[in-house]
Amino acid sequence: MPLIKAVDLSLGYDSHTIVENLYFSVEAGEYLCIVGENGSGKSTLLKTLLGLNSPVGGSIEFFEGLTNKEIGYLPQQTLVQRDFPATVAEIVLSGNQARHRRFFYSQEDRELAGSNMKKMGIYDLKDRCYRELSGGQQQRVLLARALCATGRVLVLDEPVSGLDPKVTMQMYDLILNLNKEGITIIMISHDVNAAIKYADHILHIGDSIFFGTKDEYLKSKEGSIFVSDSLDR
Amino acid sequence: MLDKIFLYMQYPFVRYALIVGVLIALCSSLLGVTLVLKRFSFIGDGLSHVAFGAMAIATVLNLSNNMLIIMPVTIICAVLLLRTGQNTKIKGDAAIAMISVAALAFGYLIMNVFSTSANVSGDVCSTLFGSTSILTLSKVEVYLCIILSVAVVFIFVLFYNRIFAVTFDENFSRAVGTNADGYNLLVAVVIAIIIVLAMNLVGSLLISALVIFPALSAMRIFKSFKSVTVFSAVFSVTCALLGMMISILMGTPVGSTIVAVDVAAFAICALVGAVAK
Repeated sequence: MPLIKAVDLSLGYDSHTIVENLYFSVEAGEYLCIVGENGSGKSTLLKTLLGLNSPVGGSIEFFEGLTNKEIGYLPQQTLVQRDFPATVAEIVLSGNQARHRRFFYSQEDRELAGSNMKKMGIYDLKDRCYRELSGGQQQRVLLARALCATGRVLVLDEPVSGLDPKVTMQMYDLILNLNKEGITIIMISHDVNAAIKYADHILHIGDSIFFGTKDEYLKSKEGSIFVSDSLDR
Repeated sequence: MLDKIFLYMQYPFVRYALIVGVLIALCSSLLGVTLVLKRFSFIGDGLSHVAFGAMAIATVLNLSNNMLIIMPVTIICAVLLLRTGQNTKIKGDAAIAMISVAALAFGYLIMNVFSTSANVSGDVCSTLFGSTSILTLSKVEVYLCIILSVAVVFIFVLFYNRIFAVTFDENFSRAVGTNADGYNLLVAVVIAIIIVLAMNLVGSLLISALVIFPALSAMRIFKSFKSVTVFSAVFSVTCALLGMMISILMGTPVGSTIVAVDVAAFAICALVGAVAK
């Protein structure tokens, strides 16, 4: 039984279509990596999954009581955030806006934020200012916020962009641990090698489209071209 | 010096001016943090010019209460300007510049062509720089200002957590089901109300100062959203009070004195922030 299923999905802006005939499904507990060149429509797919865009054609269906409001989202950093005066705790707490419509946060919200900060190893930083943290620490903050919004599905948009190799490894391990705890992961990545290493399913979008398990991807023509390209570098 | 202040405090119009000044300073600083962080600092400026244009029309029509025209026109423009921020043919900053100069030009034109007043340039100057209007408030205007200010503070406190979330990351908020557009609309309406109120205090050319200086000063020193918000409110109220006192004692124009105090206080905050680092 899939959790999310896309049927004959077409993506784009206004009436301009970027990707057509997209079929894929995600089951609970899976780790799906979405790879492809810049401009191939990866980010648009993500926005459609989250309900920020509506599809040009086809549909995305959610099962087992999941709605697109229950998906935790790790967006790319925005310009606004670069000099934003806010503490780590304030930002993580704001993830709770997903869980209820009340205007003020309860004790329960604070405890959830606290435990997610501990899980991400940033509890010691909770009174620090977000803009003074390193890139890796900032990503952990946003991940903790996303965890407050959901316990089921996390959608990550290039979670390691701009991070140095060591911090990148730590970030991938962190995400893998969340997956082992049972959280379904859907991640956009430039880094095909990491996708092959960590994910169990791959969705390749571009001139041709591939969807299947990691092993099938390595044998496919999309996979063999793309992977050898990045191994050569 | 204290004697002089006490003497002036006996006049009701001075007391009104102080009450209204403090309330406007408080309201404008609250929303200022959000506007500065969202890169909307200039919206205050654009809207105040729109309010000037609307006031010119109201003056020519000889309405007993200017607010009936100024308030709706400014609110509509605020909503339109925030919409253009998204995806239209004319980009946000150009739209603001366009609307604000057009309103300014038409306002002055209308006042010149149709005005019945003997002193047009005096009227214009007082609307632009608010030279005396704060001291000539009627009782109705003072009550209106108090009611609207209380409403603004109430809305801000109630929606504080949501305003923070939407300001920090609009896409995330939208993805988890928060009505980000609704909150943007709310901010636009509230900022329009504040600007119309603030025209009485500092005039339409200087309103931006009340919106941006408290927020920018607080951001030099403080690091959490809550402390920045609280400090900018305190900063704004203190500077407004100080500016009004100085202007009463020295006989300087109210609006520009307040802004001058704001600038000086910003310099101090910037220095403190630099030293603390």
